[in-house]
Amino acid sequence: MERSEVLKQFKPDHENMLNILHALQNNNSQNYLSEEDLKIAASYLNTTYSHIYGVATYYTMFSLKPRGKYIIRVCNSPVCNMENSTKVIEEIKKNLSIEVGETTDDMRFTLELSECLGKCEEAPGMMINEDVVGNLDNVDFKSIFDNYN
Amino acid sequence: MDFISLKKEAIAEWNDLVNGSVPAILVGNATCGRSAGASSLIEKLSSKISSKNIECKVIEVGCIGMCYLEPIVSIYNPGNPHFVYGKVSENDAEKLIDAYLINNEIVNENIIGTLGDTKLDNLNGIWETSVLKPQERLVLKNCGIIDPTNLNHYLAKKGYSGLQEAFQLSSQEVIERIKESGLRGRGGAGFPTWKKWQFCKDQQNDAKYLICNADEGDPGAFMNRSLIEGDPHSLIEGMIIAAYAIGANTGYIYCRAEYPLALERLRQAISQAEQNNLLGENILSSGFDFKIEIKEGAGAFVCGEETALIASIEGKRGMPRPRPPFPAVSGLWGKPTIINNVETLASVARILQNEPGWFSKFGTEKSKGTKTFALVGKVKNTGLIEVPLGISLKEIIYEIGGGVSADKKLKAIQTGGPSGGCVPASMIDLKVDYESLTEAGTIMGSGGLVVMDEENCMVDVAKYFIDFAHKESCGECTPCRLGTKQMLDILEDIVSGKGTMEDLDLLEDLGKGIKNGSLCGLGQTAPNPLLTTIQYFKDEYIEHIQNKRCPSKVCKDLIYYDILPDKCTGCHICFKVCPVSAISGYPKKLHKIDQSLCIKCGMCMDKCPDKFSAIEVYPGNKIAED
Repeated sequence: MERSEVLKQFKPDHENMLNILHALQNNNSQNYLSEEDLKIAASYLNTTYSHIYGVATYYTMFSLKPRGKYIIRVCNSPVCNMENSTKVIEEIKKNLSIEVGETTDDMRFTLELSECLGKCEEAPGMMINEDVVGNLDNVDFKSIFDNYN
Repeated sequence: MDFISLKKEAIAEWNDLVNGSVPAILVGNATCGRSAGASSLIEKLSSKISSKNIECKVIEVGCIGMCYLEPIVSIYNPGNPHFVYGKVSENDAEKLIDAYLINNEIVNENIIGTLGDTKLDNLNGIWETSVLKPQERLVLKNCGIIDPTNLNHYLAKKGYSGLQEAFQLSSQEVIERIKESGLRGRGGAGFPTWKKWQFCKDQQNDAKYLICNADEGDPGAFMNRSLIEGDPHSLIEGMIIAAYAIGANTGYIYCRAEYPLALERLRQAISQAEQNNLLGENILSSGFDFKIEIKEGAGAFVCGEETALIASIEGKRGMPRPRPPFPAVSGLWGKPTIINNVETLASVARILQNEPGWFSKFGTEKSKGTKTFALVGKVKNTGLIEVPLGISLKEIIYEIGGGVSADKKLKAIQTGGPSGGCVPASMIDLKVDYESLTEAGTIMGSGGLVVMDEENCMVDVAKYFIDFAHKESCGECTPCRLGTKQMLDILEDIVSGKGTMEDLDLLEDLGKGIKNGSLCGLGQTAPNPLLTTIQYFKDEYIEHIQNKRCPSKVCKDLIYYDILPDKCTGCHICFKVCPVSAISGYPKKLHKIDQSLCIKCGMCMDKCPDKFSAIEVYPGNKIAED
């Protein structure tokens, strides 16, 4: 979708700032906010680039560098840690050959950590975009990731 | 359609579901159910039903709280008892249809109990099971029972009758009803809800706002997510009542973006309410106008703090500001604003749906009503529970929770997330109410309740919470930004064997300074998990510092792995898996770990075959001990 089409869904009010940034990021094929995205948001909301930049970098769910089609967020809260999330993170890193914060060469996956996803009842847990996967202590990550093309 | 006809139609639809002539299968498809495979189970059930050419409804419901048994399936067979099953696989589901719906034979495998009026002699109703019996489900009563996407289900369960009641009263009378109920804020601090509302109502202003804080971010907490996913209209109803009481015509729900299903449920519920004159102009012909907008967070824990949340809605970085002025006087866009937690607002709906005096029958003298908790960690029955305030930790962990996982020894209970503290197992009789928990050094918090066993190192737990606070600190005030960093550095020293006894005094000093000097609730409470672990588990800190041992065998620098000579058969597996070649030995000969090379990854112990179990982990340092 054209950026202007995305913006049209929202009134140009500051209270729509986060919703607009979410929408622009979701609309970006590389799952991030490009300089162009931030500039157009600033002009739409009649504010400075630096203000938008400050907001976009403050929140962890916005990224200013290109990311994969699927964002894997592994929960690293104390509860998931008690259930061995450290090992889960190591296994995913090994499986995808990337470090936390990196994207696979084929631009399919980006690996991120979350301070808590609120899926503690089935810890350790992760999200792949909007899908929740729990009880990760004994799963075959390859077969999970194979479902995401 | 007017409200009375709407309600009539809703009740007819509900009765038809529960007592009608068509069978129905209800599948728990909240986040916990989905991650256990409920969505594909629903597909399987639907295709099975159509292939067998039988008439049967398949309905999605929320989470009934027993997350450890997901996917949970209830089956309504007309004229027969309704049954609830747990851990239902796709094969089980097919069996259920064949046996119960087609041949009328009861399947006993994985059965939890009966639901509804028809009971069996040899089987408990689900509300009689040890998990649910000690609970009082006032706020969660619809979760797992109704279809959250169907307004009629909510209406049939007294839904929006609280709003109807509120409109019969003046706004002041609504506040009096909340005062009489004794409801206190369920977000953590426990401030009397009516008092907050009264401050706001008494403000003269052209605009006022109501905000629902659904930015649930405490590690170990998911009560609000589950409530919204299972019963979104209860929140909407509570918000309209609150807005009517304080005189606000615009409301916001600030929900974290990590909860996509909750957001979907809210959007759907708001649009249903709008279509039925439950939101919008002149609601139910009362003359009162109210609209609700959803604001998605973007991953900043501090936005759960009310002034930071307001800044976030205003399109700024979500950073807190000093109070006073309190938001009830000057909040969003400088206008009087009330910020209430999800559970508080859902409680408001229930209070008005019932007669005066109903809510305050539950709980203690000062802590009225019930509280939802996310019961997680090392406990058998993890899930979402709702208990009357004043219940003991013992009842929660051993009756509802079924005890510690693998029957290990209970060590500590953490409440209140990063703002709360850890109490030791010896305080298991502690009552869960605002006063008792505060006295014990922790807080009620929003409802995370994390059970820890003997394998959890309390220094490590403290380090994790301080690390959390440090990462989530917005950086605005020095005590929080730098103080949490200092605490973290000291804890890193302690877990790596470089701590000194003076560090403990320093940590306590720092903790007090951060609590007194920080700008907002995040910093003011961040030291709590650390301070309570020093208070109750000082011996464990001393073991780390003086004896360089981690008694729970968690902190890598203070443990070692060793091969048991009488058990090692020389199978050579550990030799092959060790990533740093720290293990030496020839096949069929005793193997040995070179402690100076070992990185304590534990892979050798994982891979050592169970029949040998020849590798053990010990607290301390072998080189030092040798």
